[in-house]
Amino acid sequence: MIDLHFFVEIIPTLLSGLPLTLQLAGLSIAIGFALALLLALAQQGNHRMLVWPIRAFVAVFRGTPLLVQIFLIYYGLGQFRPTLQAVGLWWLFREPYWCAIIALSLNTGAYGSEILRGAIQGVPRGLVEAASAFGMTRIQTLRLVVLPLALRQAIPSYSNEIILMVKGTSLASIVTLMEVTGIAQGLISQTYRAVEVFVAAGAIYLTINFTIISALNALETWLTPYRVRA
Amino acid sequence: MTDALHILSLGKGGWGGALLLAAGVTFALSVLGFLLGALFGAIAAGGRLSTGAIPSWVAKAHGTVFRGVPDLLTIYLLYYGGSITLTEIGKFFGSAGFVGLPTFATGVLAIGIISGAYQAEVYRGAYLAVDPGQFEACKALGLSRLQSLRLVIIPQLMRHALPGLGNVWQLVLKDSALISVIGLVELMRQSQIGAGSMREPFVFYLAAAALYFLIAAVTGSVFRYGEARAWRGMVHA
Repeated sequence: MIDLHFFVEIIPTLLSGLPLTLQLAGLSIAIGFALALLLALAQQGNHRMLVWPIRAFVAVFRGTPLLVQIFLIYYGLGQFRPTLQAVGLWWLFREPYWCAIIALSLNTGAYGSEILRGAIQGVPRGLVEAASAFGMTRIQTLRLVVLPLALRQAIPSYSNEIILMVKGTSLASIVTLMEVTGIAQGLISQTYRAVEVFVAAGAIYLTINFTIISALNALETWLTPYRVRA
Repeated sequence: MTDALHILSLGKGGWGGALLLAAGVTFALSVLGFLLGALFGAIAAGGRLSTGAIPSWVAKAHGTVFRGVPDLLTIYLLYYGGSITLTEIGKFFGSAGFVGLPTFATGVLAIGIISGAYQAEVYRGAYLAVDPGQFEACKALGLSRLQSLRLVIIPQLMRHALPGLGNVWQLVLKDSALISVIGLVELMRQSQIGAGSMREPFVFYLAAAALYFLIAAVTGSVFRYGEARAWRGMVHA
């Protein structure tokens, strides 16, 4: 029943989609993280004019399906082609690749900002007071005290978010991008062997996720040398 | 803007009715998938908590695979895998051509399997959060295993499980949009149909987003109510 020859045949085909999957995931996780950090920090100031729109942005991107977001950006904004051409952004919204990256980045930025907001608020108040007693400026306090602690604290939750994003890149196949899932779907409809293709493609994703989780676990251990592991 | 209102109106020539109906399909699909997932999740949590090596391993594998592999891939596996098997059976009985699996049932099964993997973690964590003294008290009272689960453990377990279940529910609701890829006319697919035929993708996808958001907000408050009820009479730490 198990046909090893078939696996040997399809694995290279599936792996040809890996660079695109990794690019989509890597770029959107990086852009999303920058956005998340910015949004989380902007909410620390408690300026209503700043906090309210951010909360709305976060609620919208967390409350609607990623697929709708991708479609809204790719097909929906495509409707405003003349306007986008006028402001010189058409090259961006014309490409499914960039639309997928924009949607994925905004999505993970919204989720990530909530993780980082919680982590920043979790930094003990006394440490911030101690920093100001030392005469540190607000920027220094943030850079030297608050962020290092908050980011370390956020690693476990953020690694979950990163895994969700790796899985999320599969939706790019619906807007014609042939990454691993897109290729897998093509293979299934050509060969009618859904189980084998699922196993092979699934193994690729599990390998990516396992690598990311191990790396982030190692990072966390390295950053908490005082914590003795049982 | 008046154009958009006309397109989405409930009256003649408007798509509002079709979208609302499709939102109903999305809701039904999500609820049934979530309930099936509760069954799978409870079984998997039981497996993880059991001392037997095989049930524990199977449950762990289920969790690792379906939480680590893209949901889209799982949906393709079930739909195409099931349809191919069905087509083969059809051939045996002399029918030619492709036999597709019913899309709604496939969607419920897919959401059930995927959300079951997430729900298992929630139930397992909640079970471990119940005070061990409660189990001993059940034994002292002479309750059978089933009785103690039903009367003592599960009501307390739900307190700890509800916040996690609320998160999984939100995940399920958003995941249900992926079932559109196998052709089930739920909210996402209906918006695609509308967007295509009226050439107004922005209006339709915005309307879909608003409806998803609305369902998520309303059901979210149901979970919060349930949480408050589960904790009634208890002092929050």
